[in-house]
Amino acid sequence: MQIKLWINDKEYVDDISPDTILLDFLRSKGCLSVKRGCETSNCGLCTVLLQGKPILSCSTLAVRANGLKVTTIEGIQDEASEFGGFLADEGAEQCGFCSPGFIMNVIAMKNELKNPTEDEIKNYLEGNLCRCTGYMGQLRAVKKYLEKYSDMKKGA
Amino acid sequence: MRYVNKPVRKKDAMSLVTGKPVYTDDITQGSSLVVKLLRSPHAHALIEEINTERAKKVSGIECVLTYEDVPESRFTTAGQSYPEPSPYDRLILDKRLRCVGDPVAIVAGLDEKSVDKALSLIKVKYNLLEPLLDFRKAKDNEILIHPEDNFVSLVEVGADNKRNLCSSESMNIGNVEEELKKCAHVIEETYHTKANNQTMMETFRTYTSIDAYGRLNVISSTQIPFHVRRILSNALQIPKSQIRVIKPRIGGGFGAKQSVVSELFPAIVTWITKKPAKMIYSRKESFTNGSPRHEAEIKIRLGADENGIIKAIHMYSLWNAGAYGDHGPTTVGLSGHKAMTIYNANAYKFDFDVVYSNTMGAGAYRGYGATQGFFALESAVNELAAKLNMDPTVLRMNNMLTESSVGKTMPTYYNEELKSCTLDKCLKKAKEMISWDEKYPCRDMGNNKVRSVGCAVAMQGSGISSVDVGAVEIRLNDDGFYTLMIGATDMGTGCDTILAQMAADCMDCEYDSIVVHGVDTDLSPYDTGSYASSTTYITGMAVVKACESLKNKIIDAGAKKLGCSVEYADFDGKSVCNIKNNESISLIQLANDNYVGSNNYLSASESHYSPTSPPPFMAGLVEIEVDKLTGKVDIIDYVGVIDCGTVINPNLARVQAEGGIVQAMGMAMYEDIIYDRNGRMLNDSFMQYKIPSRLDVGNIRIDFESSYEPSGPFGAKSIGELVINTPPPAIANAVYNATKVNIRSLPITGEKVMMGMLKNA
Amino acid sequence: MFTIDKYVVAESLEEAYELNKSKRNAIIGGMLWLRMGRKKIRTAIDLSALNLNKIDEDDESFKIGCMCTLRDLETHENLNKSFNNIFHKSLKHIVGVQMRNLATIGGSIYSRFGFSDILTALLSLDSYVELFKGGIIPLNEYVNMPLDNDILMKIIINKDGRKAACNSHRISATDFPVLTCAVANKENEWFVVVGARPMKAKLSTFNLNNNYEKDDIDNAVLKIIDNISFGTNIRGSKEYRQILADALIKRNIDEILNGGYYAD
Repeated sequence: MQIKLWINDKEYVDDISPDTILLDFLRSKGCLSVKRGCETSNCGLCTVLLQGKPILSCSTLAVRANGLKVTTIEGIQDEASEFGGFLADEGAEQCGFCSPGFIMNVIAMKNELKNPTEDEIKNYLEGNLCRCTGYMGQLRAVKKYLEKYSDMKKGA
Repeated sequence: MRYVNKPVRKKDAMSLVTGKPVYTDDITQGSSLVVKLLRSPHAHALIEEINTERAKKVSGIECVLTYEDVPESRFTTAGQSYPEPSPYDRLILDKRLRCVGDPVAIVAGLDEKSVDKALSLIKVKYNLLEPLLDFRKAKDNEILIHPEDNFVSLVEVGADNKRNLCSSESMNIGNVEEELKKCAHVIEETYHTKANNQTMMETFRTYTSIDAYGRLNVISSTQIPFHVRRILSNALQIPKSQIRVIKPRIGGGFGAKQSVVSELFPAIVTWITKKPAKMIYSRKESFTNGSPRHEAEIKIRLGADENGIIKAIHMYSLWNAGAYGDHGPTTVGLSGHKAMTIYNANAYKFDFDVVYSNTMGAGAYRGYGATQGFFALESAVNELAAKLNMDPTVLRMNNMLTESSVGKTMPTYYNEELKSCTLDKCLKKAKEMISWDEKYPCRDMGNNKVRSVGCAVAMQGSGISSVDVGAVEIRLNDDGFYTLMIGATDMGTGCDTILAQMAADCMDCEYDSIVVHGVDTDLSPYDTGSYASSTTYITGMAVVKACESLKNKIIDAGAKKLGCSVEYADFDGKSVCNIKNNESISLIQLANDNYVGSNNYLSASESHYSPTSPPPFMAGLVEIEVDKLTGKVDIIDYVGVIDCGTVINPNLARVQAEGGIVQAMGMAMYEDIIYDRNGRMLNDSFMQYKIPSRLDVGNIRIDFESSYEPSGPFGAKSIGELVINTPPPAIANAVYNATKVNIRSLPITGEKVMMGMLKNA
Repeated sequence: MFTIDKYVVAESLEEAYELNKSKRNAIIGGMLWLRMGRKKIRTAIDLSALNLNKIDEDDESFKIGCMCTLRDLETHENLNKSFNNIFHKSLKHIVGVQMRNLATIGGSIYSRFGFSDILTALLSLDSYVELFKGGIIPLNEYVNMPLDNDILMKIIINKDGRKAACNSHRISATDFPVLTCAVANKENEWFVVVGARPMKAKLSTFNLNNNYEKDDIDNAVLKIIDNISFGTNIRGSKEYRQILADALIKRNIDEILNGGYYAD
C-alpha cells in the first residue's frame, strides 16, 4: 500500500507491505541510528519521535506514520551533539548502542517537561534500558544539560 | 602526565552519540543471505531423520545444512588461548541435541520471509531422550550428555565425559580439618547463585563474505577476533590463513562475546555458497542460547577463633556447565582462588566439579566465577560476624589483605606476591561515605520500613598470568602523528581511548596526535582479546614498551640527522635536540623526511605478557530499605571504593564501576534464568527477564583509593570485572541486618525476605 | 511472525464493525501485543480516524475514547485531579513513556489482562464501557464477558465523589506487577479491587459505619482475601500474594482515611 510521510523533514512516498514495521522502514531509508534491542517493546533502543512524541518504532507499523512526521537522531544532529557532548564528558555513552534511542527520549523530555525534578527525569527515561553505565553517568549528563537551559532562562 | 589520570572523552564518543552507522549491521547494508537456525524444541534428543527437501525448494532459499554437511571434528567455542582449557565438545551441527535451542539445521536465503517459510518446512523425527536438568544430580548420572568418543580435553582439567564431568580438581594448603577442629566458631553453609544473561544491548551478530583473495572475511561483534579466527578454522577445518576477522564498534559484551556464538553459522554458509551472509540473533535467541553465567552451588566451611580471626576456609564449588563446557574449567577456579585469597588463614581447601547437564551451555560473564565465589564467601564471613556479634567491617579489617600485606606471598593465588593493595583504605573510606557507624546495623523508619546497611569486599585479577599476550604497533606518520595499532577490542569500555592516553603521555604528544583503529586480524597486532580484565594492564604495558621502542628509533634517526651521537640526542615529543649545541630537528620534519628517499620508516612493535595478575580491590557498602509488610527491598545508596592502581581515565573507570554494580544488583535481586520441567527457558525476553531500570538502582557513589602497581602501565591494575562482585553479598548482608533473615540463594526477592521473616517470627 | 495482508483505516464504526466480524481480521490498538504473536491478519482495522482519541469531561463523567493512549490518561490533569491521581500512579510503572504513547486504553481494557494495572484502577471507580452494539455496560460486568467482535468505543467514569487510592507490588520498577490493588470509598461504601493474582482484577465491596474500629477494617480485609482466589506464577506464590493483598489493601484504606504515608 502507498504511504507518504516525512522523515527528518524530507518527504517519502513509498509502496509498502502493510505489516512493515516503522523501525525496518526507517533503517531501509538510511536511518541506521535506529536500533532494535528486543522483540517485546521493553528496551527503548528504537525510540524515534512521531509528531514530536517519543514512541517505539519497533512496535509501530509504518502505515501508522502515514501523513505524519518522524524524527530520528539523523534529523537533529545539532541537538544530539550538544546533549551528546554532556554524555561524552561523563564517559556515559560507553558502547553507544542504546545512545540514539536514549538521546531521542531525553530531547522529547526536554520539550515536554518544564524543569523536571530528578524523580521526574528518572520516570520519563525509565523505558530506556542501558546495560553498560548503571545510569548514574546518564543522569549526571541530563542534569547538566537541563541546567544549562534553566540557566539560560534565568539569564533571560 | 598530561592525559593519564584525566577524564578524556572517548575517541569514538561523538560518533556514538550522534547515531553514526558504526556497528556490524550498519556497515554491512546491502544484499546478503539471511541466516537462521532451526532449533531443537527438546532438551535431550537424537535426530533420527531430517528431511529438508521441501525447505530447499522454497523460492529464495540458497542452502539448508544439517549435521551431515558439517565437519565431524569437535572444537570449543570458548575464546581462550590455545590450548584451550575448555573441552572440545561441540560440532557446528550435531545429531545429538543437548539443550532446548541446540541447532538442528541452518537455513540461508534471500530474505527473512523465505527463510522463515523454509524453517517451517523442515521435517525432523526426534528420538527423545530423558533430559538431565538438575545439575546437582549430574555427576555420575547414568544419563550422559557427552557420550561421544571424539570428546577431547586438550588440557588436564579433570574432564571425564563418561561421568558428565567437564572439569574436577582439588587444592589443599595447610590442614583444613585440623584447623577447623581448633576453631571456636565454624560457619558451614551452602550458597546458590543462578545463571544470568549478560544482555548486552547489541545481540550476537556476524556478517561473512569472500574477499578478492578467496578468503573468508568475518565482521563480527566479538571480544576475541583472534580466537574467532582459530575457532572458525577448527570448526570449518580450513587454515587460519584463509580467515580474516574484523571487529567494528560493538554494542557491549560483558563476556558474552568471549565465546563464538553467532559466527559459525553464516561462516559455513558463506564458505559453502561463496556468498555474503548475515546472522542477527534475536533477543530471544540471545537469551535461550547465549553464553550466560554458570549457575553454582558453593558449600563453605569457614572457621575462626574466639576473637574472630579466620583460621581455615574450605570451599566446594559445584558448577553447571550446561550442555557445553565453554569456560567451565576456568570460571570455577576463580570462585575459590579469587575469593579465598582476600582473607589470611592458616589453611585452605578448594575443590570443585563442573558438570554437564541439559540446560543451555554457559560461558563467560564479567567476574568470571569470582562473582559466584564472593557471594558465597562474603556471605559466610557476614554470617561469622553475626555469630560473633561483631561489626562485619571490623571483622574484615582484622582478616583481609591490607596495605601492610604488600610483599606477602598469596598461597591460594598461585604463590604470587602482592605488590599493591589499599583495601583497608577502601573500606575505611567507604564506611565514611555511607556513614556506616551511624547506620549499622539498621534504623526503624516508621510505617513498617527499616533501613539497614550491608558490606562486602572483593578482588579480581589483571589478565591471566603467563597466558595473555597483548601486542602493539605504533607508527610515526608524516606530519608527526602516530598510528596506534592494537588487537585489544574496545566493546564500549573505552580501551581505544585509554591506550591512546597512555601513548600520548609516552610520546609527549597531543592525545589527538594518536590515531587508533578497530581490530582486523589481517592488520592488527596479536592480542588475546578484551577479557579477564587484561586490556589496561597487559595491552597497556605493551603500549608503554612500544612507545619506548619508537622513541629510541626517533632519537636514533634524529641524532643521525643532527650528526651527533645518540647519548647527546634528546626527544621532548616535538623535536629531537642535540643537547651539546641545542641544534634540533622537529618531529614533523623528521617524519616528513622519512617519507621521501629514505630508509627510515619508523615503527615499533612490542608485545607483553605478565607472569603475575595483580589483584585490584574494592569495598562495597549498601544501604537498603526493607518493607516489613511485603518483604520488598529497595536500594537507597551504594558506595564503592576501589583500588585499581593508577586510574587511567577517572570518568571511564567510574562508569565501569557504576555499570558493574548495577548489573550485579540485577543478579542480586531478580535476574534468574528459569527453565520449565522440560528444560525450556521461561523468561526469554526483556519482558520476563528484567534487568535493572534507572528506577531500580538508588544512588551509586564511587571513589578511588589508588595504590601503585609496579608491574602495570603507569601503576595501573584492572577495573572491569572487579566491580561486579560486591553487590550480591552486600545486599544479602543488609537484608540480614534489617530482618535477621539470611538469604543464601539468589535472587533476593521480596517473597524470600517476607517468608524468612514469617519463619523467624 | 505476525503478518497483515491489508490495512484499512475505517471511515465509520459500522465499517469497522462489519470488518471485525471475521475472525481473520483484527482491530489494531497500540499493536503491542498483536505484534508479538504469530497471528496472520487478513485485514487490520485502524480506528484512528473516528475521533476516538479524546478525553471528554462534563459535570457527570469523563468519557475516554478507546484510541486514547495510556499516556493520555496518565497525564490528563482533570482526570487525575478527580480521582486522587490514580491514573498517574497506576500507569507510570508500565515499561516506559514511549510504550505508553502507543498502548491504547481500548486495547488494554478489551484484552482484560490479568496483570492490568489500569483495569484494577478503573474497577474501583464507577466505570462503564460503551460498546458499538452492546451499548453501555458496567465495567465490572464487561470484565467477565467473553472476548467478542463488538467494538469498545469508550470508557465512561462517573464522577460520584469517590476517593480512591492504588498501589502495586513489583519485583522491579517496570516489571509486571506481582499484585495490583485499588481501593475507593464513597460514604460508607468501600470498593476493593485486587488484580494480578495472577488472574484478572476482581472487585469486592464492604461497608464501614461511621464509628468503625480498626478491627472492622481488619475483618473486612480478611473476608475479602478469603473470598478471592490467588495463584502462583514465576513472579510469586499464592501464599505470598495473599500476604501482599493484605498489606496493599490496608495501605490503600489507610491512605484514603488518613492521607497515608505512601502517596508517591
